[in-house]
Amino acid sequence: MTKLLHHLGLYFIMMKKVISTPEKWSIFRKQLVLEMEKVGLNSVGIVIILSFFVGAVVSIQTAINMSNPLLPSYLVGLASRDSLILEFSPTMISLILAGKVGSSIASEIGSMRVTEQIDALEIMGINSASFLILPKIIAAIFFFPFLIIMSMSIGMIGAWAGGLSADVTTADFINGLKYEFTPFYVTYAMIKTIFFAFIISSVSAYCGYHTKGGAIAVGKSSTTAVVTSSILILIFNYLLTNIMLS
Amino acid sequence: MIEVQNIEKHFGVNHVLKNVSFTFEKGKTNLIIGGSGSGKTTLIKILIGLHKIDSGTVLFNGVNFNAIKIKEQRLLRQEIGMLFQAGALYDSMTVEENIMFPLSMFTNKTEEEKLERVNFCLKRVNLEGKNNLLPTELSGGMTKRVAIARAIVMQPKYLLCDEPNSGLDPKTAIIIDNLIQEITKEYNITTIVNTHDMNSVMEIGENIAFINHGEIWWTGNKEELLNSDNKELNDFVFASELFKRLKQEDEKC
Repeated sequence: MTKLLHHLGLYFIMMKKVISTPEKWSIFRKQLVLEMEKVGLNSVGIVIILSFFVGAVVSIQTAINMSNPLLPSYLVGLASRDSLILEFSPTMISLILAGKVGSSIASEIGSMRVTEQIDALEIMGINSASFLILPKIIAAIFFFPFLIIMSMSIGMIGAWAGGLSADVTTADFINGLKYEFTPFYVTYAMIKTIFFAFIISSVSAYCGYHTKGGAIAVGKSSTTAVVTSSILILIFNYLLTNIMLS
Repeated sequence: MIEVQNIEKHFGVNHVLKNVSFTFEKGKTNLIIGGSGSGKTTLIKILIGLHKIDSGTVLFNGVNFNAIKIKEQRLLRQEIGMLFQAGALYDSMTVEENIMFPLSMFTNKTEEEKLERVNFCLKRVNLEGKNNLLPTELSGGMTKRVAIARAIVMQPKYLLCDEPNSGLDPKTAIIIDNLIQEITKEYNITTIVNTHDMNSVMEIGENIAFINHGEIWWTGNKEELLNSDNKELNDFVFASELFKRLKQEDEKC
């Protein structure tokens, strides 16, 4: 418990340093664009592949479990839509991103810590926490919602393709997609995504920033970042769902 | 000039620095020497504010570093150039970008002016034309020289070097030592070098503090060092066979 409070304290102290006006806007903009590429663009490929195949599998499994003639065939489209929008895209993709982006942030900042590059920034008179972490957090908060919207869209294409292979017609599938669509679900997914983006980027940055030791410590920080972010995503997923949907 | 007065520092139960007082003089290469774990690196990190002191004062030209606001500390730090043990160059940047970085952060110079200053600094450390190399493509000596170029690009008033010769062959180490001393004289800055390399001490030691078990045991210059009767200092200096033989020959003469 004391350890947890110690880390919480250090996390908030770090965040206080992070949230400050950048020393030079031109450099900050450059950093932000670089981070958008690292945090967002470089994750597009994995998001597309995962979303397409998971969408297809969700659709096939739903079709198999709804083989009863009394159940309307548009249910496959409806179930796929809701699974993707409510849970798979915002939560599961965020968990995947916690692994990919989180470990990358923690190891990058951790390596800079153990090779004294962060000390070098501090000595130059630069607020290292803000310089290194703020662009990552903003890039994640800005880019993750796009990734999640893309995941939803690709997931639905995958679900349609999966549905075709399970004899669900395109017309039935599209009918299911449209059936009693609640736009708030997308808002809910976006709000969750923004929370998760903040958790992944800030927690991973915290783990990297407080790395002590050498190469082994960097690896340990990276693992801690992924595990902690994933657990926090699951906890916040539960809390946000309770607050927003119940 | 940098003065440290009555510095005390603990890490948990370890009393790392005990009542350390010393004056690092302007225009001289000031050396902190001592064995591993004696407190040298802690002292240098205290000087640049990376470690907080338990008590005592650090004065930069009379300004108490620990009594000023964080913003003022940042401004003061812009007057300090630091050479880290392993260089601490930014991996993702080229040599040119590494040296240009402080200029881009803190000045409004045009790209041409910045490039001119970078090329001047690269020439000063004998690395002309190496602008586009990445830190991974540099040898140990070149890394140190690029780090020196980055440290002097903002024309600092203070140059701090943490074991500048570690991991270098003797010939390259002498080049780095001479470069540090030349820069000190050329810009009339306060240079502090933290080392346990006795060759370095004999090469550039103008104002030396010997630190042992967190305390300053002896101060003086390189000439006084060889003739000191301080037992702890002699144990440290004459631990090497070469220096032992030199002293024996000196005594015979």
